Amino acid sequence: MMAAAALAIVRTRNLFSVVVVCSHYSFLIASVLLVLDAVDVAMTEASVGAGITTVLMLGTLYLTRGEEAAPMHRPLVPLAVALVTGGLLVYGTLGLPEFGSPESVIHQHVAPRYLEQGPAETGVPNVVTAVLASYRGFDTLGETVVIFTGGVGVIALLRRRRRRRED
Amino acid sequence: MEIVDYVNYWIAMLLLVTGLFIVIARGNLVKKLVGLGIFQTSVYLIYISPAKILGATAPIIAPGYTLYSNPLPHVLILTAIVVGVATIALGLALVVRIHEAFGTIEEDAINALAQGDDVE
Repeated sequence: MMAAAALAIVRTRNLFSVVVVCSHYSFLIASVLLVLDAVDVAMTEASVGAGITTVLMLGTLYLTRGEEAAPMHRPLVPLAVALVTGGLLVYGTLGLPEFGSPESVIHQHVAPRYLEQGPAETGVPNVVTAVLASYRGFDTLGETVVIFTGGVGVIALLRRRRRRRED
Repeated sequence: MEIVDYVNYWIAMLLLVTGLFIVIARGNLVKKLVGLGIFQTSVYLIYISPAKILGATAPIIAPGYTLYSNPLPHVLILTAIVVGVATIALGLALVVRIHEAFGTIEEDAINALAQGDDVE
């Protein structure tokens, strides 16, 4: 169903419906993440992906125009590039550990320590929060810097426009 | 080798390829950003899939549960989602500016306009 939504995005030319389908797609992937036990990620994706991104895109469409022009040339080269990349990646997946097995390598390293010591060391029962805010606090600080830079960039780009309009 | 073990990854690859195709092939800049979003979500799926353990619960410590999914990829993807929205916001702001400078958000039309400027 998600794949169907993605293919619909490829085909649709009216940008308004593209944005609506994109929001729907975001919500679907949030449900998939929920099934995969990633509740925090699912919540963030539902609010940020399906919510904020949609609002931003609709705002952009309001400021620009809502129709996509017909493509001028046949997309054969991009199709070939995409298919070759896909083939290589599928070949790569054959080396990945099997799904849902507790013996996978990623479950042997630091994750058990977080799960065993996390609540005692940080006092937070939600391990994702504990890792995000405590063990990897500097990463989160860096992430905040990225968002801040993004916000500053958006403001800088859009303010210049307003000033020019006043001139 | 069980096919079930790989279905998740293959769906992620399909989404990734779709996103890549949109980014390269479509001329409309907003459409390109939507494609970038699809590309990103496929990466979320690739990261979250190995974290799942069959029969485990979400990594919130509670009495009565002993098996939890791996919390580390969840943390990484939380960061990735937020960075992704910052990227898309900045991209959309650029699209708005381009629309003001050129009056269009189609890549072909922008290229034609830019080349016309060079000739003059």
